[in-house]
Amino acid sequence: MASGDIDVAYVAKLARLALTPAEVEKFGAQLGALLEHVDALSALPVADVAATAQVIAASNVVRADVPVPSLDRETVLNGAPEREGVYFRVPRIIGADA
Amino acid sequence: MLNSTAIGIALAVNSGELSATDLANEALARIAERDGEIGAFLAVTRDLARRHAERVDDAVRRGKSLPLAGVPLAIKDNMCVTGTPTTCASKILDGWIAPYTSTAVQRLLDAGAIPLGKTNLDEFAMGSSCENSALGKTVNPWDRARVPGGSSGGSVAAVAAGEATIALGSDTGGSIREPAAFCNVVGFKPTYGRVSRYGLIAFASSLDQIGPIAKTVADAALVYDLMAGRDPMDATTVDLLPEPTLTGLREDLRGVRIGIVKEFGLEKLEPSVRAVYERAYEDLQKLGAELVEVALPTADYGVATYYLIAPAECSSNLARFDGMRYGLRVEGADVGSTYEQTRAAGFGDEVKRRILIGTYALSSGYYDAYYVRAQKARTLIAADFKKAFAACDAIACPAAASPAFEFNAKADPVSMYLMDYYTIPMSLAGLPSLSVPCGYVTPEGGTLPMPLGLELSGPLFAERSLLGIAHAYERATLHAQARTIPEIVATAGAK
Repeated sequence: MASGDIDVAYVAKLARLALTPAEVEKFGAQLGALLEHVDALSALPVADVAATAQVIAASNVVRADVPVPSLDRETVLNGAPEREGVYFRVPRIIGADA
Repeated sequence: MLNSTAIGIALAVNSGELSATDLANEALARIAERDGEIGAFLAVTRDLARRHAERVDDAVRRGKSLPLAGVPLAIKDNMCVTGTPTTCASKILDGWIAPYTSTAVQRLLDAGAIPLGKTNLDEFAMGSSCENSALGKTVNPWDRARVPGGSSGGSVAAVAAGEATIALGSDTGGSIREPAAFCNVVGFKPTYGRVSRYGLIAFASSLDQIGPIAKTVADAALVYDLMAGRDPMDATTVDLLPEPTLTGLREDLRGVRIGIVKEFGLEKLEPSVRAVYERAYEDLQKLGAELVEVALPTADYGVATYYLIAPAECSSNLARFDGMRYGLRVEGADVGSTYEQTRAAGFGDEVKRRILIGTYALSSGYYDAYYVRAQKARTLIAADFKKAFAACDAIACPAAASPAFEFNAKADPVSMYLMDYYTIPMSLAGLPSLSVPCGYVTPEGGTLPMPLGLELSGPLFAERSLLGIAHAYERATLHAQARTIPEIVATAGAK
């Protein structure tokens, strides 16, 4: 594992997070320090170890395919930043030149 | 009566000796008087509390008996309650009103609990001091220059300051146990999958678990029994009938083997803190327990493992906060910049750090080196516990290496992350684990005695045995009752 080489601006782009140059610098240093800490894991012999996603043995959980009441549409839409009729109003997604 | 236990209050209300409405009003008055100084609550749900109290009084008049009749309840503000603000102490959800109620809360309300309000937390439950809240400051009732711990800081402070009898917290890497230790209350994280997370706003889905915060182990057992069990709304709840714990409380520890972890040697601690834990181990022995040394060779890798897995899951879970369907929206030039600006304005530094580290650990080229390696380390940690539990019934260790620290004392994120050194390994293994008060130390430079917590952890699904052991220790030592918090000066900071 390499440490301290995190390209914060690139990662922030992936995470849809606008950062100021000062934040890029601050988070870069802090995340570098954390990566140095987690580098300790390189010492563990894990080549033949299975990965654990979660600890309880549960496989696909299904229920009967029967409609049940859902959340009230009005209540949910009222929690949105912007609505129009029965829809969430969102910014234009398809560009004018697309 | 407000200073009584949940069990005592329910008894008095069910017998008609006490009205839930009077009690609710008394609790609300106490919050108005005390919370200006403590800051446990982000919102006080006065009308809701009174409505539920009336409902309980009606039920009692009709001859019904409810296990939590009239018991004042505080709810961590990452759990939804219909019609009330649910903020996760984040600007991105400030003002959002939950359209449904979480299962854990609903089960307690059905049992007669009175919802007093929503309590402060580190933003999205990410933190160990409650300092990462974007919406309020909670202080430690035992020394108001110190943090209450986190992330369930508001919930533990509410119980410690006598503002609520019981509270709900959530624990991902120690967020119930560490603050419970800092504030001298009992905090219990059940086995992963025991309590429904429906309506708990997700942080790290393979780790998050809801649990009770209470003044006594018996109260925690009662609340746990009411919440535990399969919920069709949460497919990760286990389909395994939970054993009642309240009936399993014991008075001695004869025949019980308590594991003392070699790698958690007390010599790492300050001498005064060390003395408290040495005494706690002796007290377990005096109760009849056999102390056995167990090894957790991978426990030292817990924090590193956790700080890859939890941020990875957080970066995925928090992707839903994009300014489209709920919460804050900051308009940008196009949809992409609207996402980016909304998240930049809505999330605080710690949440941003975790989203960044998680996104990095999951990104192409680093996924195997970081995320998958951490998942494999998690397998080793869980296997170590399994081996240890072949030789003991429960493991005892400190809940934290020190008592509550002063505000701004852990400015460096990694030093804050290390606060969870003793709680994270159990979370990674999914184990039931709790903190019970075990004594006091006066920190260097401080003048007030600060509480410490003993962490007891058991094998998967061994809640009944674990709470039984904790109860025996608590009843024999009565540390929480030995002192009271410094007086709270009534303020006009009514909420």
